Amino acid sequence: MSIDAAQVGQIAHLARLAVDEQESEAHARNLSDILAFVDRLAEVDSKDVEPMAHPLEMTQRLRPDQVSEPNERERFQALAPSVSDGCYLVPRVIE
Amino acid sequence: MQWEAVIGLELHAQLATKTKIFSGAATAYGAEPNVQACAIDLGMPGVLPVLNERAVRYAVRLGLALDAEVAGRSVFARKNYFYPDLPKGYQISQYELPVVGQGHLDIDLEDGSIKRIGVTRAHLEEDAGKSLHEGFVGMSGIDLNRAGTPLLEIVSEPDLRSAREAVAYMKKMHALVRYLEICDGNMQEGSFRCDANVSVRPVGTEKFGTRTEIKNLNSFRFVDRAINYEIERQIEVLEAGGEIVQETRLFDSDRGETRPMRSKEEANDYRYFPDPDLLPLEIDSAFIDEVRAELPELPDVRRQRFVEQYGLSNYDAGVLTASRELADFFEIVAAQADAKLAANWVMGDFSAALNRTGVELNTSPISAQALGALVARITDNTISGKIAKEVFEVMWETGQEADAIIAERGLEQVTDAGAIEAVIDEVIAANPGQLEQYRAGKTKLMGFFVGQTMKASGGKANPQQVNEILKRKLDG
Repeated sequence: MSIDAAQVGQIAHLARLAVDEQESEAHARNLSDILAFVDRLAEVDSKDVEPMAHPLEMTQRLRPDQVSEPNERERFQALAPSVSDGCYLVPRVIE
Repeated sequence: MQWEAVIGLELHAQLATKTKIFSGAATAYGAEPNVQACAIDLGMPGVLPVLNERAVRYAVRLGLALDAEVAGRSVFARKNYFYPDLPKGYQISQYELPVVGQGHLDIDLEDGSIKRIGVTRAHLEEDAGKSLHEGFVGMSGIDLNRAGTPLLEIVSEPDLRSAREAVAYMKKMHALVRYLEICDGNMQEGSFRCDANVSVRPVGTEKFGTRTEIKNLNSFRFVDRAINYEIERQIEVLEAGGEIVQETRLFDSDRGETRPMRSKEEANDYRYFPDPDLLPLEIDSAFIDEVRAELPELPDVRRQRFVEQYGLSNYDAGVLTASRELADFFEIVAAQADAKLAANWVMGDFSAALNRTGVELNTSPISAQALGALVARITDNTISGKIAKEVFEVMWETGQEADAIIAERGLEQVTDAGAIEAVIDEVIAANPGQLEQYRAGKTKLMGFFVGQTMKASGGKANPQQVNEILKRKLDG
């Protein structure tokens, strides 16, 4: 499996990363090398191995449905670059 | 060419828990912006999600009600995308191993037959926050109170063939989640929403056409309109020799049409992977048995019981069990009076009054007890059905009890045969011409005499007795 420059551009867009077009070829080569390395795992017969969802041999603990978090809006909003009327403000997004 | 629509729905039910799915922040609707968004909901560094037991319990309830397999082991995954109302940059959802597997729901079709609709799966996930675009100059406001609210996404098989079937399925599921008390079903508040996958194909072919997805439909009417519009649009495109583009579309309810979302907003590559912050969820049979024991009587079972226990028609039983509240209401009325009469009153005058005034069942000025007491007075012959309608109107206006109104206004039915006979004698004496015609064979005039007698008695004479006595006197 290999990756071309166009796929690098697409992945970068999904991750909101700015990638210089001139560097795309180099990134494509590096990423392809990494995938080729990981691909060696495919040589192992894993037919009877259950896919691992988590490295710990434990299961999820459940929490009772009781309110435990108070309103701390003032503290959180002190960290935000811009707030108004209780809302966090972000550059305009329109659907 | 004849075309056939193929539709599948994704229904999102907000679970009626007190707290978020992964945090202890409250989920109450209508709070000030961001007062119910804690560090976990905001995706602050170092926080860890902890799963809400009640959300799991509710998912299992639905699974059992859909006769689906509840997964002994399910896994949470991250669905990655960027949007300001999603603070972490991913939504915690379930992907490969959902909590509820294959099940089904039966819907009633117009022709009276029943169609079984497959449910592919239902999985737990967290809701996003809300973006507010009005009132901020050049900016959008973000309210994260809804972020982390538990959702159950219920995915149907592409078994639906028309907008009508889709709405019937959605209504049935809506009623079911409310029966199960796992979702308040409030569509205006967004507690129950629908995405519709729609495609068309020539009748008789097996292969599905290319589908489009219509997002965020929040009323039954919009689902109906959006799907019908989309079916027409796709047929037009195909008949003109064009191709359907697989895309996400939005329904514009003002214009009554669907249109594509901008391509940037539908980067459909979510790069799912198991969330390392959450361990696999294991549900054992003891937990499932416990949930099974707390299930209420389900709508289809209750409907069948109404047919058997109360002698109602299948249709009437369906109407009365369409919501748990209405079914409960009916049973309280029926406990006090004749069941069929009770059904007629609940579905007839009472439902009409609710519709006319736009009042919800739970705020009705006439309680089930009070309506039962009224219907009981018809059953025991205290008043006639006609007078009962008058009493009902007064009850609706004033909130008074039926018995008080009947006593106050002297509306008791006259069942004293002697008194009725006296009225009838007067009526006959006053109408010698009609009497002559009747006796000459114009027996249709019976209706005239009944009407005159009822009028003379102020509508209070027992109609059955009036008929009997009149017939005897006229024929005599």
